[in-house]
Amino acid sequence: MKILKLFFIIFFIFSFNHLKANNEEIKIKITKNLRCLVCQGQSVYDSDSEFANSLKVLVDKKLEKGFSESQIYDYFKDKYGEWILYDPELNKNTYLLWLLPILIFLIGGAIILKSFIFKK
Amino acid sequence: MKNRLLLLFIISIFIIIFIIFYKGLKNTNVYTPDITINKEVPSFSSELFYSNEVIKSKEIFDLDKFYLLNIWSSWCVPCRQEHSSLMDLMKIKKIKIIGLNYKDTKKNAESFLSELGNPFHQIIFDKEGINAIEWGAYGVPESFLIYDRKIIKKYIGPLNKQSIKEIKFLIK
Repeated sequence: MKILKLFFIIFFIFSFNHLKANNEEIKIKITKNLRCLVCQGQSVYDSDSEFANSLKVLVDKKLEKGFSESQIYDYFKDKYGEWILYDPELNKNTYLLWLLPILIFLIGGAIILKSFIFKK
Repeated sequence: MKNRLLLLFIISIFIIIFIIFYKGLKNTNVYTPDITINKEVPSFSSELFYSNEVIKSKEIFDLDKFYLLNIWSSWCVPCRQEHSSLMDLMKIKKIKIIGLNYKDTKKNAESFLSELGNPFHQIIFDKEGINAIEWGAYGVPESFLIYDRKIIKKYIGPLNKQSIKEIKFLIK
């Protein structure tokens, strides 16, 4: 019985530990996807500027409050605009960005198909 | 005929890509925040500088008056420059100046105010810089003109004579 209790305590501690680590992972993922607006070409994760440090603290607090990843992105988008996200969403301003590579790929494929396969 | 069509097609694609890149070349990649006006005042709770009370943002801007929220810090050099403008604005009764002390120590902030004067009706103490982010600010100094819980105008960087003139005109 004692061993069982001990086992439970250890299990509890480990599961708690896992939760914490998991939060940290999400935090790193989120801050890597946020652009540090006062730096040039750096993410919030990489930067040590005042602005980036405040953002990191805020991401931490939001995660503690139980915000999901996309909710945090929406929050920052509302404050600073689309520019703060490194991974832009598909909307009327960015559809060219998303669709052009696919379009070029298809056209290129069509040209190759035409000149190599149908010629024979 | 077919070959010519293809050539024309390829050339037109190249021209389109060239135009896109050429336009992109002229764009600055320095972040310029979009100044969205008529946005609601963000709701947050914050600590007051002198009394250490925690106050809701809605309680600060509840009077039928113009408010100027000024983000400042004792370590910020341009804040020193704009301080005389704030002291000038304080004399107008229609407007109340709210300070947001950004990432500062109380001691330094107090000596800054005793040296240059205190134009602020109330000061929010923002040690971690979180409240400034709620406002969508990204540096110091920044100022927001507020009326009826809406942000009418946003000034990035220190207030100069011209912006003070503009504020005086707007609150008339």
